Amino acid sequence: MATIARRRKQPEAELQLDPKLDESEDEDDKNKKAAKNSSANNNKYKNKNKSKNYSCIDNCCWFIGCVCSVWWFLLFLYNAMPASFPQFVTEAISGPLPDPPGVKCLKQGLKVNHPVVFVPGIVTGGLELWEGHQCMDGLFRKRLWGGTFGEVYKRPSCWVQHMSLDNKTGMDPPGIRVRPVSGLVAADYFAPGYFVWAVLIANLARVGYEEKNMYMAAYDWRLAFQNTEVRDQTLSRIKSNIELMVATNGGKKAVIIPHSMGVIYFLHFMKWVEAPAPMGGGGGSDWCAKHIKAVMNIGGPFLGVPKAVAGLFSAEAKDIASARALAPGVLDSDLFQIQTLQHLMRMSRTWDSTMSMIPKGGDTIWGGFDWSPEEGYSPSKRKQEKNDTQQESKGEVCESTQAHYGRLVSFGRDVAEAPSSEIERIEFRGAVKGNNVANNTCRDVWTEYHDMGFGGIKAVAEYKVYTAGEIVDLLEFVAPKMMERGSAHFSFGIADNLDDPKYSHYKYWSNPLETKLPDAPDMEIYTMYGVGIPTERAYIYKLTPAAECYIPFRIDTSAKDKNEDGCLKDGVYTVDGDETVPALSAGFMCAKGWRGKTRFNPSGIKTYVREYDHNPPANFLEGRGTQSGAHVDIMGNFQLIEDVIRVAAGATGEELGGDQVYTGIFEWAKKINLKL
Amino acid sequence: MASVLRFRKMCYIEPTLRNYLYSETPKDEKQSLDAQKGDKKQEKSHTIEDKNKKQRRSRRWRCVDSCCWFIGCMCTTWWLLLFLYHCLPSNLAGLKGPEPPGVKLKNEGLTPLHPVVLVPGIVTGGLELWEGKPCSDGLFRKRLWGGSFTEIFKRPLCWMEHLSLDSETGLDPPGIRVRPVPGLVAADYFAPGYFVWAVLIENLAKIGYEGKNMYMAAYDWRLSFQNTEVRDQALSRLKINIELMYITNGNKKVVVVPHSMGVIYFLHFLKWVEAPPPMGGGGGPGWCAKHIKAIMNIGPAFLGVPKTVSGLLSAECKDVAFIRAMAPGLLDSELWGLQTMEHMMRVSRTWDSLISLLPKGGDAIWGDLDSSPEDEHECDLGYPQTNSRENGSTNKDTTRPQIQMKQQTNFGRMIAFGKAASEQHSSKIPIISPKEFVHNSSVECGEVWTEYGKISRKSIQGVADNKAYTARNLMDLLRFVAPKTMKRAEAHFSHGIAEDLDDPKYAHYKYWSNPLETKLPNAPDMEIYCLYGVGIPTERSYVYKLSPSDKCNTIPFRIDTSADGNGNKRCLKGGVTFVDGDETVPVLSAGFMCAKGWRGKTRFNPSGSRTYMREYRHKPPASLLEGRGSESGAHVDIMGNVALIEDVLRVAAGASAAEIGGERIYSDILKMSERVNIKL
Repeated sequence: MATIARRRKQPEAELQLDPKLDESEDEDDKNKKAAKNSSANNNKYKNKNKSKNYSCIDNCCWFIGCVCSVWWFLLFLYNAMPASFPQFVTEAISGPLPDPPGVKCLKQGLKVNHPVVFVPGIVTGGLELWEGHQCMDGLFRKRLWGGTFGEVYKRPSCWVQHMSLDNKTGMDPPGIRVRPVSGLVAADYFAPGYFVWAVLIANLARVGYEEKNMYMAAYDWRLAFQNTEVRDQTLSRIKSNIELMVATNGGKKAVIIPHSMGVIYFLHFMKWVEAPAPMGGGGGSDWCAKHIKAVMNIGGPFLGVPKAVAGLFSAEAKDIASARALAPGVLDSDLFQIQTLQHLMRMSRTWDSTMSMIPKGGDTIWGGFDWSPEEGYSPSKRKQEKNDTQQESKGEVCESTQAHYGRLVSFGRDVAEAPSSEIERIEFRGAVKGNNVANNTCRDVWTEYHDMGFGGIKAVAEYKVYTAGEIVDLLEFVAPKMMERGSAHFSFGIADNLDDPKYSHYKYWSNPLETKLPDAPDMEIYTMYGVGIPTERAYIYKLTPAAECYIPFRIDTSAKDKNEDGCLKDGVYTVDGDETVPALSAGFMCAKGWRGKTRFNPSGIKTYVREYDHNPPANFLEGRGTQSGAHVDIMGNFQLIEDVIRVAAGATGEELGGDQVYTGIFEWAKKINLKL
Repeated sequence: MASVLRFRKMCYIEPTLRNYLYSETPKDEKQSLDAQKGDKKQEKSHTIEDKNKKQRRSRRWRCVDSCCWFIGCMCTTWWLLLFLYHCLPSNLAGLKGPEPPGVKLKNEGLTPLHPVVLVPGIVTGGLELWEGKPCSDGLFRKRLWGGSFTEIFKRPLCWMEHLSLDSETGLDPPGIRVRPVPGLVAADYFAPGYFVWAVLIENLAKIGYEGKNMYMAAYDWRLSFQNTEVRDQALSRLKINIELMYITNGNKKVVVVPHSMGVIYFLHFLKWVEAPPPMGGGGGPGWCAKHIKAIMNIGPAFLGVPKTVSGLLSAECKDVAFIRAMAPGLLDSELWGLQTMEHMMRVSRTWDSLISLLPKGGDAIWGDLDSSPEDEHECDLGYPQTNSRENGSTNKDTTRPQIQMKQQTNFGRMIAFGKAASEQHSSKIPIISPKEFVHNSSVECGEVWTEYGKISRKSIQGVADNKAYTARNLMDLLRFVAPKTMKRAEAHFSHGIAEDLDDPKYAHYKYWSNPLETKLPNAPDMEIYCLYGVGIPTERSYVYKLSPSDKCNTIPFRIDTSADGNGNKRCLKGGVTFVDGDETVPVLSAGFMCAKGWRGKTRFNPSGSRTYMREYRHKPPASLLEGRGSESGAHVDIMGNVALIEDVLRVAAGASAAEIGGERIYSDILKMSERVNIKL
């Protein structure tokens, strides 16, 4: 402190010195004595030198000080501001806001009725450190995933190491324990300010919900579903918490609200809870009927997500592909030894849960070589109907009708568009993979591609086109170890005979096409998802030029439709959906697979399809919008929240208005030829 | 940004330019003058004038500038230090410190065996807002209690309104829902950096515990215990979670670690869980025997805490009284209409749970006018740091025999009006039953509801005339000064000693949290530990006086801080008499049940559950670096005590009491308990 003050004094002192010297010079310059003059001059020059030395730092300090003070002042004002101020400003600009759905419902007299259970999806749940290596010291019980992600930048390789699971078992690596955060905080906000469940929770609280009748079924979303029970007893925990809430709320059945991957996780739970003890929860065959009123699936990837294929195959998605198109080389540069994508791939390939979202049902659902359910349907039709009200939404979903969506992955654009007869394919299964291409330098990044060799890579590319049914084979070929782990926990087919005893194994429980729904005729199943956003459906791939330490395949971003409204953009074919899940995957089971009494739904549980048309936020102040249909942002959609509150307060699907459909989901479902 | 730059240019660059010119001119002038003396006198004078003007302007800027400069300097330094701090390897500080007990025990091969349940005490648990009045906008699911407490300063009245409970029902006031924070975060840190359970949790994690075998039984500590079940189903939740952990951990019984008020809360739970519904949890008589291995009570307030009495009576304790002595008038000033103490009292009197901490067992436990179990207690505790100051004038008296001392410190007189009354022989003290006082609601003082407004000055004088109150008629006193509070709370708590435990009235929940009015469950294998700190002077009884002012709304009683014992009566300091304890709970309250009440097969412990005493001698932290110390015995700081953590870890990992060293006693608790004469 003292030194700072002293240091600070110097510039000032010299300034005070100067005028005196000046004046003396002005007045007695003529008869000034040489000695005095020289000494004064010396002094002055010294001072001047000093002042020059310091002036830059001083400048900086001054500037920082200024900025800081202004910042503090603003911060003070912000803190002193009444909390309703932002709302006031928003209202002043864009007119009065609609009541939040919670307030609206409260005014209509809706009150707490059924307890509510949230099941978060993949990625959105927080994970915290319980035990780690030396490099993670001081982060005990701090979030590694979710929150600010500060550690990613501070110690990236350490972070990757801790987020990865064991290659062989899909469980904790030795010496590392990363566990899900529990409670509502697990997934209310993903990052500061980026809500996931928070808006829904706040609105439910308005009608009287609180901790005792709301439960967040947080689980470790990296694990295979059955492993969450093996390691953390998460399923048992969910079971006893639902039982507790039903018991303490006067026997009112619970309303379950799963989101994204949580949807199939809860499907798994419903089978698990009724299955007998060692493998299941031993709740008895009427557990669901007794404890669950409704399952309100939000953005559920029942039949998988094509994005997962691209993610597993080449660690990229539309966003990454377009980033690569914009700035080629940044992501792939070996500079600084970053290898971002490789690290990402290595990490995400240890997560069994990503495999739960590989498209299920094969060609029957997703379309074959020459056909797909969505083909021939022109989304523009419905857009025109709504044109009077929503001009801006026109043309958001592509209008092309000739895309072969069934070809999930094709190598080269010509292949993707050519008629099937012109494509020559060379069988890749059983192709000799050849020797290990990679030398030891890229050993630390484990992506299994090193074990494939040039032969294998070539064989993959020469098969040209992969449909949904062949994707699984493809992944088994390029990532045998991962798929070996995954296929022990997940299955992607369609059951011929659901009574086959093999279907009592847990690996089938999360596939709606290989399980029966529980015997609970009074239960209701909703599928609620956004539509009106182009969603990835099929990819055009190419080989990466240099194949050494890289991921050998890459989305061909040069493949574009000439037409602006085309379905093909940056090597990705898009269809209607919520940006992540195509409408087909989210809607099919409720539109057809489970509608009425089918073999998948023997007790005739009622199903409802509720689509929410995407409307981007009108202005910046609205944040992520109150009418969004995007996969995560839909959690802030007022209409959806209102529906949830109504059901939680006791309404049935009929009272909500039954189905609400914008897409051609029923037409698409008709084209799918599935034994029911 | 652009405007900031412009602003900067305006107020900084211009002055520097001026300065630059300014410092340059003399040289130029000198040269020019040397060359052409007096040729341009006009011009020169002009420049001087100009200069002066500039100088004045630059002077005006100077102050703001140097302020900015200074702030900038500080900021930069701060950031630099912060950056350095972050760059430091985080284990640098750890290199110096000793190995935490968790690591040590892990190296010994301990692994998690029994699931652990943590039951926090009063005050330490966080509370968050779920529904509030408009003044609390934007605080949804933010902590009102615990955390940084910023809201107290921002909107104090609003904050108090939300933390109060309804004065009639003891539940939520209409339109306000404040709920306990769930999970381990509820009480790991009370405020940032002030650990409560965090150290214990971290050490448990070191040997392998995690979310699935560790559960924090957070509850709303403001409510009476049965109301936590009525409103939040907190007891059901605790029951289900213990059952769940029991099953998912391979049928291993749980180890329960309650702290402070959590101890009696868990005692309540033990009775509740076995009682039949609707009043109880319906777990059946074998529930505790089946699910609980051990209860490790930390700093248990089994028989109450004398501090509560002063808190209820005058909203003060040692610290507040001390502040008042240091700066008289500060706390009581009506300036700015603060009335801090009155508000505090109003809020805290709506909290039923406080009543659960009033001294239990009456005179039999806490002593009567002339004797008390602690009589032979030496006020100079044999431990360091206790005799901080003394009156030098009568030091010759210190050599008096000990018996003399015993006669003069009457711990049994919990409240005495005037120092004389605390010392006189009992025959000289007039005793008037407080029941004879009359309520005279002559003056209504609005706003701040402390119930004192309804009591006339005359009856207050009457209260003071009674001179001395023991634990038993203390209750009458409280019933008199706070009739509503006591009426509400006494429906939930009882403070007596049971004559006949088989009396059917004891099936009521109001007796469940009083160890002297309940039997322990039938669980002969269950172990009960009393773990508490000793060696810190702890409040035991008070010397009161009437407050000088007779204004509305002020609290009429006040601790008489001028009453200092001298010579051999050093137990009395600043109006408070101290005994051995952990700064909050006296040894007698913490240890008696384990030392005598439940030892062996007694009527309070019919199945003969074994009890163990583990005392931890207080040792203040040696240096500032140690923070709150690893050998502390203070009520909350003991949660960071290495020896205690080690004991808990060993028991959780399956050790029996004998394996952790059996009993360890430093205080006179055994002698004290001998002197307590109750039927067992």
